[in-house]
Amino acid sequence: MSTYTHEQLGLTKEQLLQMFYYMVLARTIDERLWLLNRAGKIPFVVSCQGQEAAQVGAAFALQPETDYILPYYRDMGVVLVFGQTARDMMLSSFAKAEDPAGGGRQMPGHFSSRKHHIISGSSPVSTQIPHAVGVALAGKMRREPMVAYTSFGEGSSNQGDFHEACNFAGVHKLPVIFFCENNQYAISVPVIKQLGCEHVADRAAGYGFPGVIVDGNDVLEVYKVVKEAADRARRGEGPTLIEAKTYRLAPHSSDDDDRSYRSREEVEEAKKKDPLVIFRRYLVDNGLLSDTEEGAIREKIAKEVNDATEYAEKAPYAAPEDALTFVYAD
Amino acid sequence: MAVKLYIEAIHDAILEEMRRDERVFVLGEDVGVRGGVFRVTAGLIEEFGEQRVIDTPLAESAIVGVGIGAALHGMVPIAEIQFADFILPAMNQIISEAAKMRYRSRNDWGVPMVIRAPYGGGVHGALYHSQSVEALFHHVPGLKIVAPSTPYDVKGLLKAAIRDPDPVLFFEHKRCYRLIKGDVPEEEYVLPIGKADVKREGTDITVITYGLMVHLCMDAAEQLAKEGIDVHILDLRTVLPLDREGIIDAVKKTGKVLIVHEDNKTGGVGAEVSAIIAEEALFELDAPIARLCGPDVPAMPYSPPMEKFYMLNSEKIAAAMRKLAEF
Repeated sequence: MSTYTHEQLGLTKEQLLQMFYYMVLARTIDERLWLLNRAGKIPFVVSCQGQEAAQVGAAFALQPETDYILPYYRDMGVVLVFGQTARDMMLSSFAKAEDPAGGGRQMPGHFSSRKHHIISGSSPVSTQIPHAVGVALAGKMRREPMVAYTSFGEGSSNQGDFHEACNFAGVHKLPVIFFCENNQYAISVPVIKQLGCEHVADRAAGYGFPGVIVDGNDVLEVYKVVKEAADRARRGEGPTLIEAKTYRLAPHSSDDDDRSYRSREEVEEAKKKDPLVIFRRYLVDNGLLSDTEEGAIREKIAKEVNDATEYAEKAPYAAPEDALTFVYAD
Repeated sequence: MAVKLYIEAIHDAILEEMRRDERVFVLGEDVGVRGGVFRVTAGLIEEFGEQRVIDTPLAESAIVGVGIGAALHGMVPIAEIQFADFILPAMNQIISEAAKMRYRSRNDWGVPMVIRAPYGGGVHGALYHSQSVEALFHHVPGLKIVAPSTPYDVKGLLKAAIRDPDPVLFFEHKRCYRLIKGDVPEEEYVLPIGKADVKREGTDITVITYGLMVHLCMDAAEQLAKEGIDVHILDLRTVLPLDREGIIDAVKKTGKVLIVHEDNKTGGVGAEVSAIIAEEALFELDAPIARLCGPDVPAMPYSPPMEKFYMLNSEKIAAAMRKLAEF
């Protein structure tokens, strides 16, 4: 676990338990989504399992009231910290009218909510990265003390948009955090076939700002590096590229079978570094999480996820003709 | 009323909108210190500074993508693509992102942004500085596409584009920049996107066109007037959304339609105009719909004789008009 204690990072017990809550919430929603998918109730799941520490640690280092996030499709932990709920996730997965991301227009994982400073994303990867730079540019022009955070996988760091966006942000020293969740696979293609360099973080040097590698299974380490990057951005010192080394514990999506490209032994080995297990151990070892407290958190989450599932399943779809609305503003 | 060049009218529209609204800013390659390779943005950096007139890195997808992000966070970007031919690397940002943002978020997010691009040939620009690319985007709901022909129109429509809450592709025919002059009112005005304009009233044949071709068609119409053929000319001005009502009214005027555009024929804007007429005004027609367009080759060659062969001119247009009138 972390080379820094939570005291050194200025985090209270209450904050740590909040982080734990969000990590378990993300995992629990995700597990429920797979059940619903295998039961034939929802068409599609794209999973965050294994990446919760990276996501919650990063989001906790930001300020939801001033900062903007441009997450990628696995970032359930990030959007939950920014204020979305289990109900929002379920409404999106069931594609119901109340889905805040767009009333059931997009697949799940395409998070969006103006209210929560979450900018709508698409499926072609990396397109959100220049948008984050533009948000940061606008923030700088409007003299706001804000940070734009965008995340993506290591495969996405090969796209032209990643490189064009990094370069633009580097030239203009914009308050943006490029956060790579390197989960080792772009669907089936391993990192060794994705990157010409060893680390995604190595690429930052070419754009004139720091590239930082962090253990993505360690929520406190992630919090620390993202906090430093956010502080740096707010001081006007420009962008940071952070590469969180993680592992995707589930297949790419509910339509993927990962047994065709990676061994069960490899996945079992990765589960030993499950970020939830690691963080729970830290909390227990430091006397920050009693059985009673953990029981209460898990009970609260179970109720939230059950209520959300029930609500979303019963919620109405948008009218079919709603498909014709909002092509333009008028 | 002052007489202005087409390019001056564009410059004035940007200048006035930047003075009116501090959210409006310009970004693109060479738009700042150089004032644009065509000098459209000349002088703006002196008045507004490099924060609002941004010389960007050479990267089209980022110019559009960063513009989208800025638009999402309260700014009104005017992105310049140096030549329309170079817009293709930004196509994913335009089609997958700008055009779909409002729809996919069910009106939660929108992209109030203008993407300006000089297009068209006849300037010895060869394959990659001569293309008309409007048809590539014409198929995309969520976008608006404007291609004006006169200084008056270009100023009023660019102001409308800047004030529009949705992404507008604004195509400026580069041959028009310093060739076309016209009256532009001193006072403020804005023209509606999506409305065609009758550039010449006539009773014998209807010509539907846009961009530089409007002027060639006007010249051809003057030639035909001497022969006793009276040509009605509709300038589409906006190619997405098309002014269906304006098109049908123009068809009804004469019952004979010639569609003229510089872009190649197959799948061009003229094909959609033809389809609208066939669907909604078939029984108004007294002749088959005619199209005169650029040839279906990849792009315009550099050699002067080949370029001249590719380009339409008023003689070719007059011949097509004559043929239709005689039908």
